[in-house]
Amino acid sequence: MTSTERTDVLVVGSGFGGAIAAYHLAAGGARVVILERGPWLTGQDFDHDFKLGSSYTRAFDFTVGDGMSILGGNCVGGGSVVYFAAMPRAPRFVFERHGGIGRRMWPASVSRDTLDPWYDRVAESIPITQQNWDDVTYAGGLWAAACDHAGRTANPVPAAIDRSKCVNCNWMMAGCHFDAKQSLLLNYLPAAVAHGAEIRPLHEVQQISRTDDGGYRVHYDVMDDEDYRLRGESGTIDAKIVVIAAGAGATPVILQRSEATLGAMPHAVGRYFSGNGERLNTAIINEDKVREVLGLERENGLAYAANQIGKGPVVASWDRLDGSLPEFERFSLEQLYFPPGLGTILAEVPGATGPSWFGVDKKEILKRWQSWLIIFQMIEDNNEGVFGPPPAKGNADRLSQQMLGVGRLKYDPTPQTLRAWALADAEVKDILERDGLAEVAAWTNDVVGAYTVHPLSSCRIGDDPATSALDDRNELRGHPGIFVTDGSAVPGALTVNPAMTISALAERAIPGIVAAARERGVDVTYGAPAPDGSTSGRRGVAPLIPSLSRR
Amino acid sequence: MRPPSTDVDDTRTMTLEAFADTIVPGEKRSPDDRAIAGATTGGGAVQAGALELLGWDATGLTEGLDGFATALTGHATAYALEHGLDLDPAVPPFVSLAFEHRTALVRRLTTPGHPEKELWVSLALFCNMAFDSAAHMSTADAIAQGHPGLLAMGIEKPDADGRWRFPNFSYGRPLARLHPDTTPTGSPS
Repeated sequence: MTSTERTDVLVVGSGFGGAIAAYHLAAGGARVVILERGPWLTGQDFDHDFKLGSSYTRAFDFTVGDGMSILGGNCVGGGSVVYFAAMPRAPRFVFERHGGIGRRMWPASVSRDTLDPWYDRVAESIPITQQNWDDVTYAGGLWAAACDHAGRTANPVPAAIDRSKCVNCNWMMAGCHFDAKQSLLLNYLPAAVAHGAEIRPLHEVQQISRTDDGGYRVHYDVMDDEDYRLRGESGTIDAKIVVIAAGAGATPVILQRSEATLGAMPHAVGRYFSGNGERLNTAIINEDKVREVLGLERENGLAYAANQIGKGPVVASWDRLDGSLPEFERFSLEQLYFPPGLGTILAEVPGATGPSWFGVDKKEILKRWQSWLIIFQMIEDNNEGVFGPPPAKGNADRLSQQMLGVGRLKYDPTPQTLRAWALADAEVKDILERDGLAEVAAWTNDVVGAYTVHPLSSCRIGDDPATSALDDRNELRGHPGIFVTDGSAVPGALTVNPAMTISALAERAIPGIVAAARERGVDVTYGAPAPDGSTSGRRGVAPLIPSLSRR
Repeated sequence: MRPPSTDVDDTRTMTLEAFADTIVPGEKRSPDDRAIAGATTGGGAVQAGALELLGWDATGLTEGLDGFATALTGHATAYALEHGLDLDPAVPPFVSLAFEHRTALVRRLTTPGHPEKELWVSLALFCNMAFDSAAHMSTADAIAQGHPGLLAMGIEKPDADGRWRFPNFSYGRPLARLHPDTTPTGSPS
């Protein structure tokens, strides 16, 4: 393709950050094109199949780095298609964090109070259920009962799941066949398309350059729809505004690669990456003790043995989300299901001395897989990740036909992060090894580094140009008209699942993007209702709009 | 006894089988099985289809399998020299190592800081995947055929349409006190 197309707004990526921006700008009257590097799959396409090449491996990406690996979405809808639909808001203290930079890392204009109206907008757009104990799966119930037995509290997690459609198949990570999970395929994206936004799947953005009229030119490759190692034609699209939302593992790579054509990037592009402080523990449950100590029993006389049943995380322990505790000592502990394929290799044998992620004893715990209970820790890490020079194409050197690639992220945890993980490990053991309920071991970091499903902060917002790539309205410093709205904009770990916060920040960025588009001659207005036409969220944020529309 | 292994493909196969068997061990297919060490009962990664999966180009490892086998031969030979072990010339060097030595060598190759760590981890990852998810075949077919990994893990059978549904999924009663600082919509305050 040699001719260059033109549009008003070019959105890179169709996950939470990209879909929300695309919807509002299209609904406001702008011409919007979304380039998404993954395939466009819908409910009928989502298989229950671990075979390579099924939707399970087409829809997500596993990128191995040095000290940190990232599991993320690679499809239209991005992370919303492969996430587990947990949608809690971040606790108040998170916004006051300093991390390792010696000052508040969030912009002064963002706090829980100022973000709550934007959270409300998201909650109006993506149906979120406050699950009750009848929705809580056996795994979540077991975690709750163990927490209670140990004198802790436990909460059903708010989730974007339609309970009437959910069959508890636990295949959420491969996309929901039953449309129970309220991914962006069911709200923002169809609404964006209805307003004229054009989604182009299998278009991988490589870099951005400038046009003579002050706009930007986005360069992409078309990807093979089955073997992502293969590339087809290349092309370009010119736009007055570019919104980058390729995910925290890819957004900084696109910007790094664009330095040659755009000029120097802010120092923070590709730095301060956070894995959201994530770490997994596997508890091997003693079924008899579950019955004797916790009094739990399910059908057919079983006590638990229900690892396969469920819908991702449904119960979390928030006792350590206590703002009076010092930074790096606050964390949440969430029950989580992680499927086979990439969900067993890193588990270690409880009580083992030395590496035990493979071998005889590992096979023995695999045989007890139905009695596994996986606990997901989200601690406060120290934004230790740094991206090295970008690969020639994409965000990683792709090894397998789908799914597996080698990226450039280097993550070397500081003592604060290691101590925080150790505190959380000890808390999980204290709860689950009490009275012989289980034996617990953390997943090893020695095989593919730490493992995050919620990459954050690689191009974060902030007030300090030295430590933030974006200003407090998500505009890339030194490159007006380029905005970043995905998880890379979040300044640091959140101690809870981040989809709700990523979405709220994206909603909050829209007035500024609309204002910038108008300055560039785009006939677009701000003020679309929620995708289903609801307007209460719009009324809630109305007082905040003027400050966000000014530079 | 199996005749001396001089065929290149046979050497490669046996060496990779022995590696896969170190990751998820299984029982010998026959009394004279040398590649599988027989460290456990029931099928391991080899019976689960590790070689079939590695032989599928979708993994991205297929073209490198000769190199993996050759490198493993070199490492095993050096390991044997280092530990004063006699290698049986009838089988490839890694196959000749006792299971405990195979394990020690794989640990060494996959330890952080080893220059080839990423390569051996990727090989191990697919060997494990053959066992825990039968990634080279349809999951419903694998279960129907009694795939040793999925069977050992106790994966439930899907419904007739190949999809899983669990109508019973909850203990159905409150099991803990809620955190006192929970908002009306169920988030941390």
